[in-house]
Amino acid sequence: MAIAEQQSSPQAKQESSDRSWHGIVQQTLKRNEISLIPYVPDRVLTPLIKNLHADPFFTTFATAREEEAVGIVSGAWMGGRRGAVLMQTSGFATLANVLASLAVPYQIPLIMFVSERGTLGEFNYGQSLVCRTMRPVLDSLALEHHTITRLDELEFIADRSIKQAVTTQAPVALILNPLLTGGKTFDK
Amino acid sequence: MSSKMNTRNTKVMNRFDVTSRLIAKLKHEEAVIGGIGNTNFDLWAAGHRPQNFYMLGSMGLAFPIALGVALAQPDRRVFALEGDGSLLMQLGALSTIAALKPKNLIMIVMDNGIYQITGAQPTPASSVADIVAIAAGSGLGNSAWAADEEDFERLVDEAMAAGEPSLIAVRIDDKPGVGATRRDPVQIRERFMHGLGVREPL
Repeated sequence: MAIAEQQSSPQAKQESSDRSWHGIVQQTLKRNEISLIPYVPDRVLTPLIKNLHADPFFTTFATAREEEAVGIVSGAWMGGRRGAVLMQTSGFATLANVLASLAVPYQIPLIMFVSERGTLGEFNYGQSLVCRTMRPVLDSLALEHHTITRLDELEFIADRSIKQAVTTQAPVALILNPLLTGGKTFDK
Repeated sequence: MSSKMNTRNTKVMNRFDVTSRLIAKLKHEEAVIGGIGNTNFDLWAAGHRPQNFYMLGSMGLAFPIALGVALAQPDRRVFALEGDGSLLMQLGALSTIAALKPKNLIMIVMDNGIYQITGAQPTPASSVADIVAIAAGSGLGNSAWAADEEDFERLVDEAMAAGEPSLIAVRIDDKPGVGATRRDPVQIRERFMHGLGVREPL
């Protein structure tokens, strides 16, 4: 699929991008006026990160740690600007303290997109173990989270979840499953 | 190293006194983010302002939170007060800030070399590292030690006129914070948003 995209014309690429999971995420962020995107990269997120960088609507930049990105979008929210954090499963595993001491008690609508590694073909045992910590941590704080597996459900789940996070002033984690993104496999 | 020598020649000041001197200079509803523990206790004790935000956890995130505010409101000057132990937890944030170069962000590090609030244990950096050298090495060229209170005030004035982010490090004594912030996170956040003009009270 990646090869097919590379070989197609710029216009076809654009159309293909609009219908892709990352194209839908990009449009949904824009529609909801989410313009600040700090991230810690992940292989699967690469096309999204690349397209966000290329779009002047977004301020997209890497941070050294995921909790740093959470601090940045929390400050931006309080200053009147919306943001979202992009990360991998292993990055989410570093967030328990900041979720429990900043995002939840201060009622900040923290929007997290988590590229899910550790399942459906994981080749690194450590990744599969850290993945198992993610949902228990989310559930222990009663945080809203959705695992997105289908392209036809992505826009609905992402758009509604972002609006719910903002109106209820509560964090949300949108977990991008390999069924949606293709995931990362051993030969890549 | 010269920076090391500068540290030694720096007067040991007091957190509450330095914080009070900073607050007295703020005339334009500047935002101030107070890091965990004594740093925000002394910010509280210096006199609550609607533009103050007090961290009750998330150690190390005063600078990232301040960066977010600075990016959201580029026309407002944003100060962040952080302890040396807290900063050690999030040194990568210095490079993020250096890369983004927000003109309106001023970082102040209160360096006593100890985790005062947990029993005054020395930090791993206390006898070997130089906060200003770390900041400069992270890409924050506009970083300096304050030699004394007067120099601190001069550096703040300079930072407020600067076209790039500034970091001011202050050697402080081992005294605890003077006050204790009211631990009401929702009210702290809501009042801060009112202070920044993002929301109106109900």
